[in-house]
Amino acid sequence: MDSSNDERGPSRRHLLGAAVAGVAAAPVTLQAASVESPARTMPEGRSHLTLKVNGRDHQLVLDTRTTLLDALREHLQLTGSKKGCDHGQCGACTVHIDGKRVLSCLTLAVAAQGVAISTIEGLAGPDGMLHPMQQAFIDHDGFQCGYCTPGQIMSAVACVKEGHAESDAEIREYMSGNLCRCAAYPKIVLAIKQARDQTRALV
Amino acid sequence: MRPFTYERAGDEAQALRAGRQAGQGQGDAPAQYLAGGTTLIDLMKLNVLRPEHVVDITPLRARYSDIQLGPDGLRLGALATMSAVADHPVILRDYPVLAQSLQLAASAQLRNMATLGGNVLQRTRCTYYRDPSWQACNKREPGSGCAAMHGFNRNHAVLGVDDSCIAQYPGDFAVALVALDAQAELSGPSGRRIVSVESLHRPPNGAPHLENTLAAGELITAYRVPAGGSARRSLYLKIRDRESYEFAIASAAVALVLDGEVVQEARIGLGGIAYQPWRAREAEALLVGKPLTETVAEQAAQAALAGAVTHGDNAYKPELGRRTIVRALMQAKAMEV
Repeated sequence: MDSSNDERGPSRRHLLGAAVAGVAAAPVTLQAASVESPARTMPEGRSHLTLKVNGRDHQLVLDTRTTLLDALREHLQLTGSKKGCDHGQCGACTVHIDGKRVLSCLTLAVAAQGVAISTIEGLAGPDGMLHPMQQAFIDHDGFQCGYCTPGQIMSAVACVKEGHAESDAEIREYMSGNLCRCAAYPKIVLAIKQARDQTRALV
Repeated sequence: MRPFTYERAGDEAQALRAGRQAGQGQGDAPAQYLAGGTTLIDLMKLNVLRPEHVVDITPLRARYSDIQLGPDGLRLGALATMSAVADHPVILRDYPVLAQSLQLAASAQLRNMATLGGNVLQRTRCTYYRDPSWQACNKREPGSGCAAMHGFNRNHAVLGVDDSCIAQYPGDFAVALVALDAQAELSGPSGRRIVSVESLHRPPNGAPHLENTLAAGELITAYRVPAGGSARRSLYLKIRDRESYEFAIASAAVALVLDGEVVQEARIGLGGIAYQPWRAREAEALLVGKPLTETVAEQAAQAALAGAVTHGDNAYKPELGRRTIVRALMQAKAMEV
């Protein structure tokens, strides 16, 4: 099993867990254990699988019911992809499979083998240079609370690549699968247009 | 989600062997086929579908996802994704009703996942069906009653319903297929056969838990859409509560052949208001041979909704359905082909 996703240092999730444990004086080991293996409920019904995420292979043993979203978040500590509705209605869990945007909450991890999975964590360059879409969301304040943002950005990158970002109306139509409760939609459209034009300039 | 075993079918024979217990859409069928997963995984999480065995047919994509265009018509592999067909330039030009029915459905992410086979077989959005905490649902639990009949039924069907179920068929693509007289190629444990798409869905007939006419283990492998004069002058008009990413409250798939203003051939499929993908043949018959004016279109719309049965909250649907048909017909007439 490869769970060494800690090149970027301790995740916010671990810091949050430690903070809660500290305040409540709860057993720290329990917090750590629940992060490491929350799906240890079933002795049987498990599957051995290999997921290729952001260019790296990960071998996992998971409950067969585990969705790709839960595999990413709970087992690979890639918590950028968010769980909003968990029913394919909000888009917060959007990732790319073989370059196409899909919903990781409606994808079984066991069925996501043999394909290339890309998450928000893989978007920036190896030197930490942000993808033009990430930078554009910052430049235009394309968010308020930020919870939907990783899904918005993954969807937006694909939207531009598909050629469905030619007008404001087209962007709104082809981004309608990503809901934003803060209603940052006008800024999201501005951000996508900026990144679209920059991406074109690079080609 | 209930525990299940997962099997990735390496080829068609393995899929059909493994899927023998797939049933006809019943929630308690012991096996379910998995393709895009957008309906299946959702309903498994809700405990509405409870398969013990899930058969992943994704590897069959290599064989059944082609889009073939020929002089006789169109052949669409059932494992093609919605987005592949919605964005196809020739389908956009020659079969606009098909492309539009897919473009206006779901979201970009869902269209990248969902396949044409699964899309046609998608389940109703009836809230009582989707929530097992409601005991009464004949579709989910045969013989348990129908909570929607006297419940919140604003988006329930008014055509093709009976006193066992008023669930609405939520899809768009099947409505367009039915309007164009499309056929489905099936492959099953007893061999191959071809049926009309219209015959795939069952009327409720007091047993709404039986959703379709597929034999146990049978798979849809392709659709055939005949080439015809009407497909070019065709469109899909979808009326919904918000402008994008929403199911229809009424929709019309319309295809026409006109000689000047006179209707030579008319095809009307209805969605959002019916229990199953609906063909309005009475309305079509009324149009043929007449100049297509708004008055004639209204007469056809009256005929299409003549059999509507409402249950309170959905009393607005017959009128909305009529207006949808009239607008779709007039827009199709105005198309330049």
